[in-house]
Amino acid sequence: MSAAPRVIAVDRVSKRFRLPQERVHTLKERALHPLRQPGYEQLNALRNISFDVGKGEFFGIVGRNGSGKSTLLKCLASIYRVDQGAIYVDGRMSTFIELGVGFNPDLAARDNVMINATMLGLSSREARRRFDQILDFAELHDFVDLKLKNYSSGMMVRLAFSVAIQVDADILLIDEVLAVGDAAFQQKCFDEFVRIRKSGVTVMLVTHDMSSVERFCDRALLLEHGRLADIGDTARIGTRYLELNFSSDARAAEQTAAADEETGELAQPPAAGIEPEAAQPVAEPTRYGDGRAEMLDAWFQDDKGSRTDVLHGGRPAAFCMRVLFAEHVEDPVFGVSLRTTMGDHVLAANSQDLPPAGAFAPGDEVVVRIAFDNILAPGRYEASPAVAQLGIGLAWLDYRPGWVSVVVAGMHATGGALVDIPFELAIERQSGAGVAAARGT
Amino acid sequence: MSTTVQSPPPGTGEHTVAPLPPGTRLRGPTALGDDPRRLLRLTWTLAATDFKLRFFGSVLGYLWQLMRPLMLFGILYTVFTQFLDFAGPEKYYGVSLLLGIVLYNFFGEATGGAVKSILVREQLVRKIDFPRLAVPLSIVLQALFNLALNLVPVLVFLIAAGGRPRLSWLVLPLLVVVLAVMALGLAMLLSSLYVRYRDIEPIWDVVLQALFYASPILYTVESIRQKAGDTTVQLLLVLNPFAAIMQQGKHVFIDPSHPATMSLVGNSALVLVPLVIILALFAIGYRVFVREAPRIAEDL
Repeated sequence: MSAAPRVIAVDRVSKRFRLPQERVHTLKERALHPLRQPGYEQLNALRNISFDVGKGEFFGIVGRNGSGKSTLLKCLASIYRVDQGAIYVDGRMSTFIELGVGFNPDLAARDNVMINATMLGLSSREARRRFDQILDFAELHDFVDLKLKNYSSGMMVRLAFSVAIQVDADILLIDEVLAVGDAAFQQKCFDEFVRIRKSGVTVMLVTHDMSSVERFCDRALLLEHGRLADIGDTARIGTRYLELNFSSDARAAEQTAAADEETGELAQPPAAGIEPEAAQPVAEPTRYGDGRAEMLDAWFQDDKGSRTDVLHGGRPAAFCMRVLFAEHVEDPVFGVSLRTTMGDHVLAANSQDLPPAGAFAPGDEVVVRIAFDNILAPGRYEASPAVAQLGIGLAWLDYRPGWVSVVVAGMHATGGALVDIPFELAIERQSGAGVAAARGT
Repeated sequence: MSTTVQSPPPGTGEHTVAPLPPGTRLRGPTALGDDPRRLLRLTWTLAATDFKLRFFGSVLGYLWQLMRPLMLFGILYTVFTQFLDFAGPEKYYGVSLLLGIVLYNFFGEATGGAVKSILVREQLVRKIDFPRLAVPLSIVLQALFNLALNLVPVLVFLIAAGGRPRLSWLVLPLLVVVLAVMALGLAMLLSSLYVRYRDIEPIWDVVLQALFYASPILYTVESIRQKAGDTTVQLLLVLNPFAAIMQQGKHVFIDPSHPATMSLVGNSALVLVPLVIILALFAIGYRVFVREAPRIAEDL
C-alpha cells in the first residue's frame, strides 16, 4: 500500500457494544430475576475495518458524529479490546485522546506535569529531565508553582499539550486537540507537528474538521456508520465527507450499504440518530404560479453532465429544469437564482436579455440548461427556479423558491468569501532584479 | 491540488491487510500491562498524589490522619473501661484496643476505598491505556502509608505502658503483609464487581461493620471463652482471617500474655484455615479482576 514499512495494520476489525435495554445494576435485581436475561441491543460501532499506515505518514481519520471514529481511536489506543480482527502496532505509541489526563486542580503545575508525564508513560527521571523543556514550550515558567485551579483554561491546555508533545513516541494518536490556545500558540503547535513529521514519526489524527486534515495529512480514511466508506488522498476524502455531511442521498446510500451487511442481525438504529440536516426537508416549500407551465424536475449537473447534488468548486456546472406547458405561452422567461443558506444571493441567471424564447403549445416539454463556471465557495446553496412571463409586470407561471439544494465541495479555503474568483498574484521586488509570481486557484 | 473523483473503493469486506509480526498485535487493555515497572510507577504516583491531596489545605494536615483513630480509641476506651468493664485484669487493654483500631482502619480503607476506585478514576480508565490493576493497588498502597503513620502512636502508647522491644516485633511487618494480601484480593474483587453491580457499596459497608465486632478488637478472646464456657466460639472466631491476624499481632507486638492464634486453635492444622481463606480471596480477586479488566472502560 505504501512504500515505507508499515507501522500500523488494522485487519478486519469489528467492535460492537452491548447496550442493555434494562440494565441490571444491582445484585437485588439479579437475585430476584435470576433467569431473566437482560435484553441487549447491539450497536455495531465498527464493522470490518481494514487499513494500514506506513512509517512517517500523517494519516487522518474523519467521520461525522457517531460514525465510529472515536471507537476506532480507542481500539487503536488499547482502551477498548476489539471483538473481531486484529490491530498491529509496530513501535511505541502515544495517545492524546484527552489533554491533561490526571491533572489535579489542587496541585501546582510542577506536580501536575510530573503526574501527567507518568500517566503518559515517562519514567520520573525522564520527566524531571524534560521538565524545563516542557515549561519552555508552554511558556509558563512564571507560573510553575501556581495551583492549576488558578490557571486559565488556555494556560492549562498549553501545559497539557507541552507535556504530551514531550513523550517520545514512534506513533502519535491525536484526537482533535489541534485547536488549542491562542493564535501564537497554535502556530507553535503547527510548527511542532511539522518538526515531528520530519523526524519520521507516524501521526494519526482523528477529527471531524476536514481543514486540519487537508492541512496536515497525506492520506485519510472516512468512516460512516462504522464502515470504512473511503480511504485515499485527502482531497477525495474531503469531497466524500462533505457529500455525507450535506447530501441525504449519499447518506442514504451509506446507510443502505451498512444495512446490507447487517443481514440476519438486529435492526440497526440510525447511528447516533442525530441528523440535523435531514430534519428540515428542503423540498416542497411554497410554490407560486398560475399553472400555465409546470416545472416537473430540476437538478444540478456536474462537468460530465451527470446529475448530482455535490458540485466541485472551480469546475463547470449546470442547473437544469424540465418544464411542461399546460397552455399556450408566448416568450416565457426561464431563470434560476442561487442563495447561500445565509440568504446571500450569489447567482441570478435568466433568459430575459436573450432573444425571445418563442411560443409553446400545451403539452410541450422543454429542458432548460443553465451552465455556469462554479466559482462558489464551499457550502450549501439553494436554487429557486422559475418560469415567468414579462408583461406589464412579472407573471409567475411557476416559481419554486428553494426547491433544489446543492453542496459545493472544495478544498480551497476562501477565507469566508462568498465566491472563489480566480486570481493571479504577483510580487515584484522593487530593489533587486528577481521577480516572483504565484498563481492562485 | 487534485480533486479527481474516483469511484468508491471496493467493499471493505474483501479488503484484507497483511498482519505485522505477531509481537506487535494489540491485546487491548489488561490488568497488568506489558511493563511491570510502569504498573509500579503508576501505582506509586496515584497513591502518593492522593495521600498528598488528602490533607492538602487543612490546617492540621497529616495530623488528622493520626487523630482519627486516636479519637475513636479515646471514645471506645472511655466507654469500655469506665462504664463497661471490658478490660478486666488485662495489662495492656488500651494499647491492644488501639492496635486493633489501627489495623481495622487499614483494612477498611483498603477495601472500602477500593470499591468505588475505578469509578473515581473514570477519567483515566476511559482516556488512556494503562495497567488497570494500578487503580485498586494504589488504594491498598495508600492505606499502607496511613497504617505506617498510625503505628507510631501505637508504639508510643506501648512504650509508655511499659512494653519493651522484643525480637517478636519483627513478625509484625510480616503480619501486615499477609493482611495487605488479603485486602488486595478483596480490593480487586470489589472494585471490578462494582463496575457492574452498584450495590456492592452498601453491602460491603455492612460487612465491614460486622467484621469490627467479629474480631477481638474491643474484647479479648479469653473473655469470650469464659463467657461461652467452651472453646467452640473462640475457635470459630479465630478462623476468621482478620481476627486470626489481629490476635497474632497482639501476641507478637503487645504482650505474650495474649495467646497466639496457633494455641487458640489447639495447635492443630486448623491454623491453616485462615491462611487458605486469604490465599483463596486473593486468587479469586485476581482472577475476576483480570477477567473484567479488558472491558472495564466500556462497562463503566
